Amino acid sequence: MSTINNPGLSVLQEIEPLLPTNTANIKDRIVSSIYQQAESVSAQVVRSKNSQYTGLEARLDNILTSRWLGFPIMLLLLTLILWITITGANYPSQLLATGLFWLEEQLTALFLAVNAPVWLSGLLIQGMYRSLAWVVSVMLPPMAIFFPLFTLLEDLGYLPRVAFNMDKLFRRAGAHGKQCLTMCMGFGCNAAGVISCRIIDSPRERLIAILTNTFSICNGRFPTLIALSTIFMGTLVSQAYSSVLATLAVVAIIMTGIATTLLVSSLLSRTLFRGMPSFFVLELPPFRRPQLGQILIRSLLDRTLFVLWRAVVIAAPAGALTWILANSFVGGTSVFALIVGWLNPLGQLMGMDGIILIAFLLGLPANEIVLPILIMGYISAGSMLELDSLNALRILLLDHGWTWITALCVMLFSLLHFPCGTTLYTIFKETRSARWTLLSALLPLLLGIVVTLLINQGAQIIMR
Amino acid sequence: MAINTTLLSESTENSPDKQNNFVIALAGNPNVGKSTVFNRLTGLKQHTGNWPGKTVIKAEGTFSHRNRHYTLVDLPGTYSLHTSSSDEEVARDFICFSRPDITLVVCDATCLERNLNLVLQILEITDRVLVCVNLLDEAERKGIHVDIAMLARQLGIPAVGTAARSGRGLESLKNVLDDMLAGKIAIRPRQLVYDPELERSINKIEKRLAPYLPAWINSRWVALRVLERDFSILEHISNHKNNDFPRQVLKEEVALCLP
Repeated sequence: MSTINNPGLSVLQEIEPLLPTNTANIKDRIVSSIYQQAESVSAQVVRSKNSQYTGLEARLDNILTSRWLGFPIMLLLLTLILWITITGANYPSQLLATGLFWLEEQLTALFLAVNAPVWLSGLLIQGMYRSLAWVVSVMLPPMAIFFPLFTLLEDLGYLPRVAFNMDKLFRRAGAHGKQCLTMCMGFGCNAAGVISCRIIDSPRERLIAILTNTFSICNGRFPTLIALSTIFMGTLVSQAYSSVLATLAVVAIIMTGIATTLLVSSLLSRTLFRGMPSFFVLELPPFRRPQLGQILIRSLLDRTLFVLWRAVVIAAPAGALTWILANSFVGGTSVFALIVGWLNPLGQLMGMDGIILIAFLLGLPANEIVLPILIMGYISAGSMLELDSLNALRILLLDHGWTWITALCVMLFSLLHFPCGTTLYTIFKETRSARWTLLSALLPLLLGIVVTLLINQGAQIIMR
Repeated sequence: MAINTTLLSESTENSPDKQNNFVIALAGNPNVGKSTVFNRLTGLKQHTGNWPGKTVIKAEGTFSHRNRHYTLVDLPGTYSLHTSSSDEEVARDFICFSRPDITLVVCDATCLERNLNLVLQILEITDRVLVCVNLLDEAERKGIHVDIAMLARQLGIPAVGTAARSGRGLESLKNVLDDMLAGKIAIRPRQLVYDPELERSINKIEKRLAPYLPAWINSRWVALRVLERDFSILEHISNHKNNDFPRQVLKEEVALCLP
């Protein structure tokens, strides 16, 4: 807005350096003047018996958005929600796994009884059913706990307060304050987050918001992070503190994501998209008493089942594809093993292995299926056949040389890699540019490779 | 968007029956029941749910009252006119350049203070403003009382209280529109005052600009925008088909008077 495009007004260009450079200050003064006068008019016109916004609400807002307490409260709430999710999800997860894998045995028996060909039972049971069972048992419980809690905060009106707290940071990064809202949307689903960037109207800041949205850990990645964190980070300390440490690890990854968002935004606004952030009025809506029944229904139906269904729909064919890759042979080696062999050197450098990388690649359609593919990859490599709990998963992963460094690198790579297929498609639709879409995939991927490389190499040196 | 704006202003200005046709712009913050007011007045069924970010489209409808015909233009809901987003720009450009006969600003009685920011900003552009304090029913339920007469006195423009969902107050809203157009209501709009330093700059810029600006534009408001370095407003003015000032002179004057 402060640049002059019309050549007819070229004289302005010459005097532009003479203008007060601190326009933000002038704008602020103008806006605060308007606010003061609106307040004084309102004071003479409005009488409220039990004022809506003077008592409890105002005090609550002062605390929630206060300079010193705002951020600690945000962190605390986030930690609390994740802790409840992690501790609460353990038991039902195990129960579901036991049930679903008992069913697998019955199915296998059935296939044997009717003399079904081996390839068919392999494709259907070991390929499709098993990945589905994993998606359901690993992902359903945490989602069923996490989403209602998150919706509760949303319904209470806490999210705009978060945006309020974050606004300053985003502006300092040269981004639009509304980007924290789109970032919050991204925690649900990056595709939705990218669409929500429409609320940012300046094209410059909107692109920054779109390109960095993938750094918000989405629904599809939360369960993976929670599972890995429970398995590896949790067991680093004694049983009593394991869920706390697991929670803190997930919180740390989320915070890393937010820090990356700010860092990359700042980088982009200083290099590719130079300019000044425009400012906006952020509304703090009144706190509402949340409707608990409504929350349960909405978060379970709209989010949990929606995400689960998508995972199932994508996991089944991806599971089948993985099984086919693992069971088609070229010169004595399976295609899967062949690709894994190619990817392995890079994977090792990044603290992971070829199977992990192929899981991320095959997981392009949806992040939900990275973990199931990973498991299938290990199983097809032939070490154990039955998995019935997180502990079994832990043993499987340990058997394949996982350490907490591996888990850390996988968690970081889960944060920093290309967005899922749906999100990429959405980015293409929103930006109408193949170049920005490509950048949105390469930027986090390169970051992920560099970060995991550094972490792994650093850890190797320290451990030596 | 700009095209729409000009088209609309042309169509209204060239209309053969200009005497009896009036354009009313419907402005206001998001979620104050603007669309409900719109639907109530025009009898149309416009989709009411909206969220910031969906494509901004101006809805239009017509109605008649006391032998006057009205075209009601529903502007996108905005919190301010500072043009940091395209819906704010649409609203501002329409109010400024399409020059509706009356701008009807719908406010939420339950949080009037926030809504007044927009009212005061609109008053900087035009004084043909009618304030509609909506959601009175909800305000009453929350124990909030709004003194409408006092509000009108404070702002120096007419104000009407409504509860559009039940249709309350809409008849008197239409009557006041009619009275305003008939010149029966005295309007002395409250002017926003800024700190002394800003006022000095504003006055300096305004004095230099005023002789070259078209009569229908509020020169003080233009001066404020220039002070904010929002030069797009000058481009808009010089591009506007109704401009009756020499463009070259404007350029040079602006160059001289900036602080």
